[in-house]
Amino acid sequence: MKVLYPFVAVVALVLIAFIGASLPGGQYLFGVVFPILAFAIFLVGFINRIMNWGKSPVPFRIPTTCGQANSLPWIKQNKFDCPSTGFGVIVRMFLEIVLFRSLFRNTKAEMLDGPKIVYGATKWLWLFSLLFHYCFFVIVVRHLRFFTDPIPGFVQALEFGDGLLQVGTPVLYQSDVVFVIAILFLFLRRILLRQVNYISLPADYFPLFLILGIAITGILMRYFIRVDVVVIKELTAGLASFSPKVGDINPLFYAHLFLVSTLLVYFPFSKLMHLGGIFLSPTRNLANNSRMVRHENPWNNPNIKPHSYASYEDEFREFMAGADLPLDKPLEPAPEEKEEKAE
Amino acid sequence: MADTKVEQMSVNVVKEPSLMTGAVPTKDWMDVPAVFKPGNYCYPGKPSIMEYHNNHTLPGLFGEAREFAYEDEDWKLPENWKEIIINGIKERLDKFRSFKVYMDICVRCGACADKCHFFLGTGDPKNMPVLRAELLRSIYRNEFTKAGKMLGRLAGARELTIDVIKEWFMYFYQCTECRRCSVFCPYGIDTAEITMMGRELLHLLGINTNWIMEPAANSNRTGNHMGLQPHTFKQNAEFLLDDIEEVTGVRINSLNFNRKGAEVLFIIPSADVFAEPGIFTFMGYVVLFDHIGLDYTISTYSSEGGNFGLFTSNELMKKLNGKMYAEAKRLGVKWILGGECGHMWRVIHQYMDTMNGPTDNLEIPKSPLTGTVFDNAATTKMVHISEFTADLVHHNKLKIDKSRNDHRTVTFHDSCNPARAMGLLEEPRTVINAVCNNFYDMPENTIRESTFCCGSGTGLNTGEIMDIRMRGALPRANAVKYVKEKHGVNTLACVCAIDRATLTSMNEYWNPEVEVAGISELVGNALIMDGEKERESGLRFEPLAGTEG
Ligand code: SF4
Ligand code: SF4
Repeated sequence: MKVLYPFVAVVALVLIAFIGASLPGGQYLFGVVFPILAFAIFLVGFINRIMNWGKSPVPFRIPTTCGQANSLPWIKQNKFDCPSTGFGVIVRMFLEIVLFRSLFRNTKAEMLDGPKIVYGATKWLWLFSLLFHYCFFVIVVRHLRFFTDPIPGFVQALEFGDGLLQVGTPVLYQSDVVFVIAILFLFLRRILLRQVNYISLPADYFPLFLILGIAITGILMRYFIRVDVVVIKELTAGLASFSPKVGDINPLFYAHLFLVSTLLVYFPFSKLMHLGGIFLSPTRNLANNSRMVRHENPWNNPNIKPHSYASYEDEFREFMAGADLPLDKPLEPAPEEKEEKAE
Repeated sequence: MADTKVEQMSVNVVKEPSLMTGAVPTKDWMDVPAVFKPGNYCYPGKPSIMEYHNNHTLPGLFGEAREFAYEDEDWKLPENWKEIIINGIKERLDKFRSFKVYMDICVRCGACADKCHFFLGTGDPKNMPVLRAELLRSIYRNEFTKAGKMLGRLAGARELTIDVIKEWFMYFYQCTECRRCSVFCPYGIDTAEITMMGRELLHLLGINTNWIMEPAANSNRTGNHMGLQPHTFKQNAEFLLDDIEEVTGVRINSLNFNRKGAEVLFIIPSADVFAEPGIFTFMGYVVLFDHIGLDYTISTYSSEGGNFGLFTSNELMKKLNGKMYAEAKRLGVKWILGGECGHMWRVIHQYMDTMNGPTDNLEIPKSPLTGTVFDNAATTKMVHISEFTADLVHHNKLKIDKSRNDHRTVTFHDSCNPARAMGLLEEPRTVINAVCNNFYDMPENTIRESTFCCGSGTGLNTGEIMDIRMRGALPRANAVKYVKEKHGVNTLACVCAIDRATLTSMNEYWNPEVEVAGISELVGNALIMDGEKERESGLRFEPLAGTEG
């Protein structure tokens, strides 16, 4: 169920697009209205979510220190896994976001007879996540060619680099191949690793299938079905300038576009927001300097006061005097009081 | 002691079918309710203790004091328990960005799954950090997100029921807030943060454990967890001077209490004057300060470095911690020195100044012996004993005879909090290497930022849950065993009072023959004191190398 439902949902989306785009007016709906709407929802939703996170304060400075802290001058600090300055934090975040530093630490624990637990390094998740995200990024940037005229130099450069192997016509982009492999890896991992399988939700499979669907429809269009790129560009460039022209395009294109629209709408309401959230994670984006620089908590409650020394001494004064502990208020054994107590 | 014999346990952890050993549960986790049976939960706070909290610490945060048992069907929750929880979640989402962001961004990649000692030891799926967080996240989705409201279980949402509350209690008290998961998570998601929120929420319904609430009440009233009243605290500490004299031949006269005008206020975890092997650590502190002639005093009012508020709620943490600065001000000291304790140092390092600062009366700590200014404590004005001692040995201010620790082959347990919430890694090692000839670190994946919890932190070191504790301690014990077999390690050093108790139980169970020692004990052993006699034993009266027989 966890896997089947999301799969069916994505297949259904493709069918809806196929059928919808063939109905009168459907091409406009799926080619213009939905994408614009989806993009708007994505933008507003994304910004909203970030603002919403930002609204909650960071009351305490809670970095997870992953190395030696800034301490005595002769002790070598691990400046990037345990930064104490703004610059250090920037480097830490850079390593985290661009190179997936923490995932690189990953190990796999196994319980052997004895009992004996062994920890092996495992870099597969790190590698394939990195590939997945970079391919995704490259592909998105490559698609800028559909929305710009003239096509910016960096897009062309990227395309050239991506097709460096010069295989086939049209030139095969490495990113397309690696992307699909990476998606399949992430999917198989979710199915085969029993721990990951057990924690997975339909909401984890859905985006995988969705993105796979986008990749497959895109690849079919580029390498196999060979759709008319000129008409498509007329539409997409038109979308970017808000004067779209709908020509006669292969329904596969509408399926591709509809899946992308779905992804855009789905994005801000799902775990995909980790894209934004990683920047706001307090265990990573704060310097470990809370003994050095005061960190303010906007809702710190000044009315929470410790049990006072005065009341402590009041309660234990006699004992303290008996044990020669210094007193703030001297012990005056008022005889009447003593009698009262005795009663 | 643990209910399951170690021989049996050794087989169980490997063979019993669990997610750790290769079996896959047949039911979805949402369909598996928590079952309470003797040994898998801690007892609730005694009504008298909870009464005390409701009247004297923080009224309104701990629910109603009442008699009930966790094995009961009915936990006597308030009528509007659901509303309390939902409002409680809302309030915390608005107060803690960590909580809000971590509710949203987990991708269930599973990188954290096998990083938790409780999962490694129990194989219980809900002890995977990610699932522990999902226990709360599923409710968050149901109540606060559009996807959860629309799609329900498909989006990982579920309804809040009494069973959910029970499950929270079980698993938020099988998390020691050790933060190991957060090291490995690609977004730094810290399940400890979620556990803290979960525990705060449960407190609102009067769901708690006596093992945490009673020491917290004691700490508020008498100044320390043990409930030692001022005269007893002083007597306990002074009693140890006799032992020092017997071992070294030197009578120490510098120990003093509540003295105004001292340069330094020294705050220890109170267990160090109360129970073995903490008392040996205490002897080490006292010997060291006497050796260097430090102008210090110990307070009976602020006689607890530890802070069970950290395991309870941020409000209680603040209240208990407030004594430190208050006492420093009253006594007019220049700065504060803190003893060896793990969670105490998380509170001092990451919370104290924010909660109870700024101090206007203290000065930036400066070692009177070396002149070193501790800039890293410029605002908190509090220095860790390992930092202080490391600085002393670096400047050769101590007369040391390392051979007096030759009967010990030492390894070092990085306590979770100093390691992952402070970055105190080299200082303790510097000190150990300065006073011991035989030091070997445990394997890389089990120390420093990847260190394993003792399995009993956050107020779980009670006899009620020994099996769970010993399972949770297994990864740590295993690494100790490794160096024991490889290098003949017989001493597990640490800078934590909870560890001194819990690692001792752990070793008795998993690694008999390995003793646990605070680092300051090792320092005390090695210090050459003025006028001392020929030493034949260490501070715990154990024979030194070459003197046996
Ligand atoms: S490592 Fe982080 S993102 Fe991955 S499952 Fe664990 S908490 Fe979620
Ligand atoms: S904080 Fe520690 S005990 Fe809690 S879930 Fe993470 S690894 Fe486990």
